[in-house]
Amino acid sequence: MAVDIDLHCQNLVRRFGSHTAVNRVSLEIPAGSFFSILGPSGCGKTTLLRLLAGFDRPDSGDIMIRGRRMNDVPPNHRPVNMVFQHLALFPTMSVGDNIAYGLKRRKVAAAERRRRIAEVLEQVGLAGMETRFPQQLSGGQRQRVALARCLVLKPTLLLLDEPLGALDLKLRDQMKVELKNLQKAFGTTFVYITHDQSEALVMSDRVAVMRDGCFDQVASPEALYREPATPFVASFVGDNNRFGGTLLAKEGELAQVALANGHTVSGRLAGSSQHSPLTTGDRVDLFIRPESLMLGTPAKGHCTLTAQVRTTLFDGANSRVEVEAAGERGYVRLPQDGSVSAPQEGSSVTLAWDPQLARVFASEAS
Amino acid sequence: MRSTSRLSLWLLLTPFALWILLLVLLPHVQMLRVSFQVRESWDTLAFGVDQYRNFFTESYYWRTFLRTGVMSLFTTLITLLIAFPVAWYIARLARGRAKGWLFLACLVPFWASELVRTYGWMILLRESGLFSAGLQALGWVDGPVEMLYNDAAVIIGLVYNGLLFMVVPLVTTLEGMDDNLVEAGYDLGGGHATVMREIVVPWAMPGIVSGCIVVFMLTLGSYLTPILMGGKDSAWFTGQIFTQFITRFNWEQGAALGVLLLVLSSLIVWLGLKLTGQSLRKVMG
Ligand SMILES: Nc1ncnc2c1ncn2[C@@H]1O[C@H](COP(=O)(O)OP(=O)(O)OP(=O)(O)O)[C@@H](O)[C@H]1O
Ligand SMILES: [Mg+2]
Repeated sequence: MAVDIDLHCQNLVRRFGSHTAVNRVSLEIPAGSFFSILGPSGCGKTTLLRLLAGFDRPDSGDIMIRGRRMNDVPPNHRPVNMVFQHLALFPTMSVGDNIAYGLKRRKVAAAERRRRIAEVLEQVGLAGMETRFPQQLSGGQRQRVALARCLVLKPTLLLLDEPLGALDLKLRDQMKVELKNLQKAFGTTFVYITHDQSEALVMSDRVAVMRDGCFDQVASPEALYREPATPFVASFVGDNNRFGGTLLAKEGELAQVALANGHTVSGRLAGSSQHSPLTTGDRVDLFIRPESLMLGTPAKGHCTLTAQVRTTLFDGANSRVEVEAAGERGYVRLPQDGSVSAPQEGSSVTLAWDPQLARVFASEAS
Repeated sequence: MRSTSRLSLWLLLTPFALWILLLVLLPHVQMLRVSFQVRESWDTLAFGVDQYRNFFTESYYWRTFLRTGVMSLFTTLITLLIAFPVAWYIARLARGRAKGWLFLACLVPFWASELVRTYGWMILLRESGLFSAGLQALGWVDGPVEMLYNDAAVIIGLVYNGLLFMVVPLVTTLEGMDDNLVEAGYDLGGGHATVMREIVVPWAMPGIVSGCIVVFMLTLGSYLTPILMGGKDSAWFTGQIFTQFITRFNWEQGAALGVLLLVLSSLIVWLGLKLTGQSLRKVMG
């Protein structure tokens, strides 16, 4: 079954002076999917989104929406709507008028307009709020109005620029789920940008990890988490421990790594091992997730590392032990089912892991 | 604790209260009283509405009155139309240094007094002035042209005087507007005119109204510019008041005209606020 492609970008470039904010970005988003762009602050996410919305023009590259080239189409004629970082609700208009604004521009008759406003407000859970003003709404409600204002126009593509950034943690968690449900209910293609990896992982069908204007990896949330393509993705998506060392030997897809303190540990080479350009003696980084590390007697085939316990950080199901090993600080997930008791501060523990769960990357010169 | 802060509040308020009382309230109350005095003979005093009756029966008075009001409104409108693009440029397009310089450029004319500024315009517009000479040099006109002493000249002078007072509040409100608001306007399908009408103007309304109030009051009460640029026939209402007080020494009539001018300006400001749905507190705060 051929999937319709809603957005197709090819080699988009946007420079500000000597700084390249968006550097040769290509992407393809199937219709009806939830696509996230995840990256640290200042990596060019907003710049990319503004290119898509039409507020800014790429220096080179093409933007195609449903097969139509959009480079020269002004924002008010693109089938794209945007939810702004600070929402940008019109403060001089009521909720109803905010939503009506776009419909009026499309010359929707007044009766039809009222019907559609009531309908969309119902869908976002704000039925009957037409006459309120944005200042009279809570943060979460404003959020929904901003969404409704765009969704009522049934855009091909909805762009969202960190819309949850201003909300408190609890509300943000709630809105994450709600946003995902709304996206499913409307069937609109969402392009969502965020620097919060948990938002991206929870909501998206696919996530692009962006760094310094480039995409490092585009994959499903699970693939990003399990098979990071670059050390940046490995450390940025989810918690991870990093141990630096040198490559001792390669055995198939496994690599032996000598750590700074002389310990030898092993992990799987990232990417396809045949193409791995690493050779013995190269500087490498080994990444292992806190939940893959085990305290206590190692199972067969696991590699081990001795570490000093610094402190225990109790956080319910997310409790961790902070340890120091081979000169690096690391974290170990501490299961709260009673299977492991919290180790004494300052004591020595043995960390063990399945080498298949660790990832070895060429060290990035820093 | 409580009483000391109360005391310091009073100390702070006293000069302000004195100023209001002595320079604003007292003269106006006095003027109001004088305006109702009727001179019967040199040593008797009666009260009546003779001066106000004069105003309505003498067509020259109320015509001047209306003319001043209408011309002031017109001047305010033109000032707004000129100031808006200027303020837009300063607030939203100019960056860094350029912004400061532009603002300064708006301010510079106000280092000279109103008299000097008005003479500046007179030098440009008079029969032997620069514009007249320029037009002759270009061969567009045969003889010298007199561009002073008409309503257009008066309005030019008044607009020029009011410009800064319109630009400043507009710049302030426009600067406070989030760029994203305008972008959202386009994003949701609006063109330039729609975004201006539906988003920018409503947002700038407090600035527009406060600028208009200040410029209108300033224009209505101005004296030098209309007299100098409009000449003998300028028929500005403040001129009438001056004549009554100084030339005719008819303080009673002058006071009545002064009170009427005050009522007129208050009425128009009130109407303006009502029509635009703004409150004085919002506009001035
Ligand atoms: N108009 C501009 N002129 C010059 N440089 C700009 C401009 N806009 C953005 N930049 C630069 O481009 C880079 C990317 O900016 P951008 O706003 O896209 O970051 P972002 O990923 O959205 O960050 P955040 O998560 O903080 O919003 C930044 O280094 C920024 O300084
Ligand atoms: Mg941003």
